[in-house]
Amino acid sequence: MTAELGQIALILALLVSLAQAWFGLAGATRGRLDWMHAVPGAVLGQVFFTLLAYLALTWALVQNDFSIAYVAENSNTDLPLVYRLTAVWGAHEGSLLLWCMLMSFWTLAATRFSRNLPLPFTSRAIGILGLVSAGFILFTVLTSNPFERLFPMPGEGQDLNPILQDPAMVIHPPMLYLGYLGLSIPFAFAVSSLIGLESNTTWARWTRPWATGAWICLTLGIALGSWWAYYELGWGGWWFWDPVENASFMPWLVATALIHSLAVTEKRGAFRNWTVLLAISAFALAILGAFLVRSGVLVSVHAFATDPTRGVFILMFLAFVVGGALALYAWRAPKMPPGGGFKLSSRETFLLLNNLFLVVAAAAVLLGTLYPLFLDALGLGKISVGPPYFNAVFVPLMLPLLVFLGMGPYARWKQADGGDMLHRLWPFAVAAVVFGVTGTLLLGGNAGVMVLAGVVLGAWAIFSVLAEPVDRIRKRGLRNGLGGIPRSIWGMLVAHAGVGVMVIGIAVVTVFGVEREVRLAPGDSHEIAGYEFRFEGTRDVTGPNWDSIQGQFQVTRNGRDVTQMHPERRIYRARPDPLAQVDLHPRLRRDLYIAMGDYLGDDYWSIRLQYKPMVRWIWLGAIIMSLGGLIAILDRRYRLGSGKRATNGNRED
Amino acid sequence: MTPRRKRLFMVLGAVAGVGLALALALQAFQDNVLYYYSPTQVAEGAVPDDDRRFRVGGLVAVGTVERAPGDMTVSFELTDGRENIEVTYSGILPNLFREEQGVIAHGNFGADGRFEADEILAKHDENYMAPEVKDSLHETEWQRQQREESEGQGGYGEEY
Repeated sequence: MTAELGQIALILALLVSLAQAWFGLAGATRGRLDWMHAVPGAVLGQVFFTLLAYLALTWALVQNDFSIAYVAENSNTDLPLVYRLTAVWGAHEGSLLLWCMLMSFWTLAATRFSRNLPLPFTSRAIGILGLVSAGFILFTVLTSNPFERLFPMPGEGQDLNPILQDPAMVIHPPMLYLGYLGLSIPFAFAVSSLIGLESNTTWARWTRPWATGAWICLTLGIALGSWWAYYELGWGGWWFWDPVENASFMPWLVATALIHSLAVTEKRGAFRNWTVLLAISAFALAILGAFLVRSGVLVSVHAFATDPTRGVFILMFLAFVVGGALALYAWRAPKMPPGGGFKLSSRETFLLLNNLFLVVAAAAVLLGTLYPLFLDALGLGKISVGPPYFNAVFVPLMLPLLVFLGMGPYARWKQADGGDMLHRLWPFAVAAVVFGVTGTLLLGGNAGVMVLAGVVLGAWAIFSVLAEPVDRIRKRGLRNGLGGIPRSIWGMLVAHAGVGVMVIGIAVVTVFGVEREVRLAPGDSHEIAGYEFRFEGTRDVTGPNWDSIQGQFQVTRNGRDVTQMHPERRIYRARPDPLAQVDLHPRLRRDLYIAMGDYLGDDYWSIRLQYKPMVRWIWLGAIIMSLGGLIAILDRRYRLGSGKRATNGNRED
Repeated sequence: MTPRRKRLFMVLGAVAGVGLALALALQAFQDNVLYYYSPTQVAEGAVPDDDRRFRVGGLVAVGTVERAPGDMTVSFELTDGRENIEVTYSGILPNLFREEQGVIAHGNFGADGRFEADEILAKHDENYMAPEVKDSLHETEWQRQQREESEGQGGYGEEY
């Protein structure tokens, strides 16, 4: 029964989202107030039915109803309850259900918080979101039904993929999906404004909190995925330039460009067309990411097992969404109001540079990700492009971006005074260079230009942020000075500092990290980076649905005990393959990392030992960036009820 | 500066920047492309005789995984159902490495003519097989029987 209930709920959700699209779009076009007022009701209906479908699958998993194929494939009587709950997004079909539900949640949020916007604008935007939802739900129903029955019903399920039985996997997919789907709102607002030709600054102000919100979720989602891969896959890598990672990284790069471009459009009315294009591209790349991950065309550590018909559907959907939006853009863009002018030396120019670097970086990632696919599709051979390509292109693009990141916030709109900027910033630049050089020397001396550049520029990103509060305190005292900084400026400063923290982490761990694969028998020890790892033997451990062999390690440094570590080699009973469960000793300044490899015979084990200096800074940086985004969203002027007053209050920046 | 000249300047700057980035990207691309060959292609001598790394993929052939006791170096054969290629690897094998599993090895021929891998990829989903490997598999008689049997039964497991 549960399966049929879920199935019916999903189909009803499809119908309701189509109604939402019709009432929204047709209502606004024909000026029918009654239709437009029906839109929020349709949105509630969509939320209700997708939630119902989601709960139906959850219930089936809790009950271990193995007559449903999805449950039989992804659950097991031994599977702990928490992982039966999260198994909903453990594989393709169920994760699409989560996708549809989160889409309806975003739509609901957009409806709720847009009550003070002009009704036709909101109705059109929500109508467009309805079309998008309908596309996703149709995809689920037609190609990936999570409620499909299985006959004959097996007595036991195949269990959830062991590497997904992990706390980070509980939140990583929902967070990432929230990021992807959140980009649908700037997209819908952009398309709606193309139809209604709202003025640049108001449209941008309405869009900014949504773009930032989606960007926060995307940032956290990617960081969670990186963290998960770091400790779960056993290689100790935090970024592989894997196509699936790239699929999430491209929308992130463009979304980052978008939130900066929106700032110009809101404050100065400039870059309107460009901002609209970015909003369309960001969402298009999010759908492309979904296509790449789910169509089975990729070789990746994260790819789902899938069939090609799904890929065809997503490609058609992508063509429809992007083609439609771009056609509208081509038709309406010339009619859009022009933006304000600016001098070459101005904040507009810095933000333009930011956009240029980010978009070129996204294009380079796109090239490396898609070119092998095109070549293969044309039958011209099978190639792959490794991390060296991405590093060689990406790093040189990011270095100048970091230089500008420190300067941009201190350039005035329209026309900046170079002398004034120099005057304000030089102490911080000197501090960054001194910090970077001494820091690098302390960490390990002569390590090359790249790490030095990374640490200096990371420090620059952090220190340059201080110039604003320092100036304000100097002029107006501690209380008034700091209190006078609007939240959107605080948010930007915090986020920029987060970038610096991340860059320092990346530079240090890449250059000073140590990795050794060694063979050890009980009693042997091996030293890396001053830490001595002594292997004391193994013991057997039993968990709810797995058995494991646990290694016992004693770690010492200069003769003093640091910690004991227990990496495992686990075998989940329902699956044949062993899984390395790494053990970490995390600290802010370094991680120690042990992964157990194979038993080599004669009491020897292959062991991967790693020393990862400052690796935590990478994720810490991402958290700080997200926090910055959150602070910016809470700025007064986005509270739409008090829109006018708040705008005037912020004119000074 | 007049607005016209300013705009020209900015457009030229942007074009030069993008051009430079593109040149960098294509150069890096050239240097880092890895070609894929199936064991049959390797046996036919399709791999150019240079030091470039390449990728080879197939199923780990049954009964070929060998390791001297206590040694990090492991050797095994990859098969596409027609030809086999011997691979040696020194390091920790991925979690999902086992017989009959589709894997991809990155590396080059060593001095003794054997393929020395510096990286072995096996996927984290046992139902998933890299498209390259899947495409290059030749169905053996035994595999065909297996497939037909399982299709005949409409059995659980193969289909999903």
